[in-house]
Amino acid sequence: MNVLLLLVPAALFLGLLGLAGFLWTLRHKQYEDLDGAAARILFDDLPRGSRDSLPPRKDPPQ
Amino acid sequence: MVRGLGLNEFYQRQETTAGTLRPPEALTSVDFATFAQPGRDGTMSLELIVGGLTCGACVWLVEQALAAEPDALRARAALTTRRLTITWRGDAERARDLAGLIAKLGFRVAPWSPACLRATEDAEGRALVRALGIAAFGAMNVMLVSVPVWAGMDMGEHTRALMHWLAALIALPTVLVAGMPFYRSAWDALRAGRTNMDVAISLGVLATTAMSVSEVLRNGPYTWFDGATTLLALLLAGRVLDRRMRARARQAVAELLALQEGTVALLLANGSTRAVPAENVQAGDQLLVAAGERLRLDGHAAVPVLLDTSATTGESLPREMSAGTELPAGAVNMGAPFALNVRAALRDGSLAALARLLEKAEQGRGRYVSIADRAARLYVPVVIAVALATFLGWWLLLGVPWQEALVPAVAALIVTCPCGLAIAVPAVQVAAVGALFRRGVLVASPTALERLASADHVVLDKTGTLTEGRPELLDAAAHDPAMLRAAAGLARSSRHPLAQALLRACPEAPALLRACPEAPGVEGVQEVPGSGLTCGDLRLGSAAFLDLPRDIDSGMALHYGRLGGMVTSFHFRDRLRGDAAQAVAALHDLGLDTELLSGDGAGMVEAAAAATGIGPWQAHATPSDKARRIEALRAEGRRTLMVGDGINDAAALALAHVSAAPATGTDVAQAASDIVLRGEGLSALPLAIRVARRAQQLARQNVGFSLAYNVVAVPMAVLGLVTPLIAAVVMASSSIIVILNALRAGQETNA
Repeated sequence: MNVLLLLVPAALFLGLLGLAGFLWTLRHKQYEDLDGAAARILFDDLPRGSRDSLPPRKDPPQ
Repeated sequence: MVRGLGLNEFYQRQETTAGTLRPPEALTSVDFATFAQPGRDGTMSLELIVGGLTCGACVWLVEQALAAEPDALRARAALTTRRLTITWRGDAERARDLAGLIAKLGFRVAPWSPACLRATEDAEGRALVRALGIAAFGAMNVMLVSVPVWAGMDMGEHTRALMHWLAALIALPTVLVAGMPFYRSAWDALRAGRTNMDVAISLGVLATTAMSVSEVLRNGPYTWFDGATTLLALLLAGRVLDRRMRARARQAVAELLALQEGTVALLLANGSTRAVPAENVQAGDQLLVAAGERLRLDGHAAVPVLLDTSATTGESLPREMSAGTELPAGAVNMGAPFALNVRAALRDGSLAALARLLEKAEQGRGRYVSIADRAARLYVPVVIAVALATFLGWWLLLGVPWQEALVPAVAALIVTCPCGLAIAVPAVQVAAVGALFRRGVLVASPTALERLASADHVVLDKTGTLTEGRPELLDAAAHDPAMLRAAAGLARSSRHPLAQALLRACPEAPALLRACPEAPGVEGVQEVPGSGLTCGDLRLGSAAFLDLPRDIDSGMALHYGRLGGMVTSFHFRDRLRGDAAQAVAALHDLGLDTELLSGDGAGMVEAAAAATGIGPWQAHATPSDKARRIEALRAEGRRTLMVGDGINDAAALALAHVSAAPATGTDVAQAASDIVLRGEGLSALPLAIRVARRAQQLARQNVGFSLAYNVVAVPMAVLGLVTPLIAAVVMASSSIIVILNALRAGQETNA
């Protein structure tokens, strides 16, 4: 049972890490525009300048 | 335009062929430059609400179009809130061009208003999400140490104690922090001398935790930390979903309102005008009201004016107001531009008075007790009584030590702790409101569905609700096309609704205007307010204007010809919405009585009633007549659903048991309503009632089930047979059954 002394704190630490990450994303307002974020991942061009240098795409990624 | 920007890729990204690319929208009368905010280091920023921003491709298009502007630093559009933030280097005047650019792409733009801000900057919602995160973390990790104890492997007493201590270590902060939303609401209710569902939840969670702590100290066999934290996580998840769904509807309503707002043109002493927000105008100021502009403030004019008062009185034809008469805010100027002498600032005007009245009515409606709270009122005292009786029974009658007698008493609290009951109603609401949202019905008030389900009488407004609110030419095909074209060409220079209708019947008229030898140009056309248009010796207007006998002028008509010569008459009618008769029939099928209340003339109201099959009708109803009728219906014990779109309907909308407004209605009417119908037409109304009734039925089933399950669980708890494992299984299973049942609210609405 001594292994518990190692495993339980390790599990708790990892859990807390996840919680801290969640709170961080919350504080940075990453949940304000969920629909937009879902679409934004498909915009593969940079916002400025480099637009015309990209090869034209046949169809949008599904 | 799109190709011109080198943004051909937009077409490849288009997710839907219809609805994404629109004809350019006319920019509203808003002066965007006044809304630009100076930032630090000499940049300017502008916050806009963008109507029609519905897909990822739209976001891409808007952002790319703005990025192509050389001085734009940053443009970011949020799809959920339709909010666009633009930052640029330069002066405030650029705001106008940038907003114009978005309008040219076919989106409607308006300044981001405080109302939108209230609807989206949802601090309370964020606190709920944070609490959910903490509760979920706590629940999972308590499980981690609690499950081995349940599993009952050959665990030594010391190991078990260690596990319990760990569980307490995780659960105590979780319960303390994540439960805050419930404790706060429960405390508010108790202080007001009421009980609600949150009282039951707080009591269950806190009692469970306290008893578990005492078990840890006594080194007892079981703790209930996992139950407390899981319960919190589940309930918080329900709350978050419920809130998100409602916030979406609220946002959509705020968006509709924001797109109607604008600035007014203040007349300065030197004769020039300046665009200012309506809030800044004082009594005594002079405003320039352009043709077709809506009056935002009360006042009077020094000249006779022609106003469309359909929003304030329900009349479908414009009225000529003589000089000096009081002009109501909300009316639309149909004649030439005029100077308005403002009588009262916005906050003292008739619209603000109406808003205050609505607020009062709103508060009265706030007393409506939802089914969940009604259940909680009965439930909470019973639960406390059972727990107390259990404790006293074990302690005094059976003579066990009081610490041990506490265990079954708290177990009774836990199993009765209304997990199923607390989720029963919100889950149904989330499913139903979501299903309605997808079909264009915005449910803004939390108890609207329950009230809608119980409605048994429908009062409809005519102009703008039952009808489209704009006239249409009758028998367009029967007229001589050349004659129609000539008349429509003449009508082009007027904003009178009948002239506009004539133009709609013959949209190619303007191109033919110049070729027509009899009407050499728009310059020659003169408008005589209240009478008609002249061009040379050609006249288009009312019967009196063409020296015709009055009796020819039945209903809505325009006449075209030379004075004393051959005259062609065009007859119009305010067309009923295509699905009006169908919707009324569906309402009858649902067992609701209908009635028509309109401020319009008797002939038109009767015709509309006959065409749609609405029973009783009343014409010439003033706003207070409408409100009185609603009061009278309430006194008869009827639960009235009021449907209206005008400022004149607002009082009746706020007084009614439940109310709905079409999206084309005035902002006041939408603010006074529980439900806004976003789509064209009324067919969504019977659908909403069907969904609401079904939701109500499911909510009752859920409440019934949650109570029935207690009939089995409570005796077990009282007898001391409930272990944490059994409590967890029973609680989870009842919640899942309730949630699955609730999901049915969103289905079967296609019928």
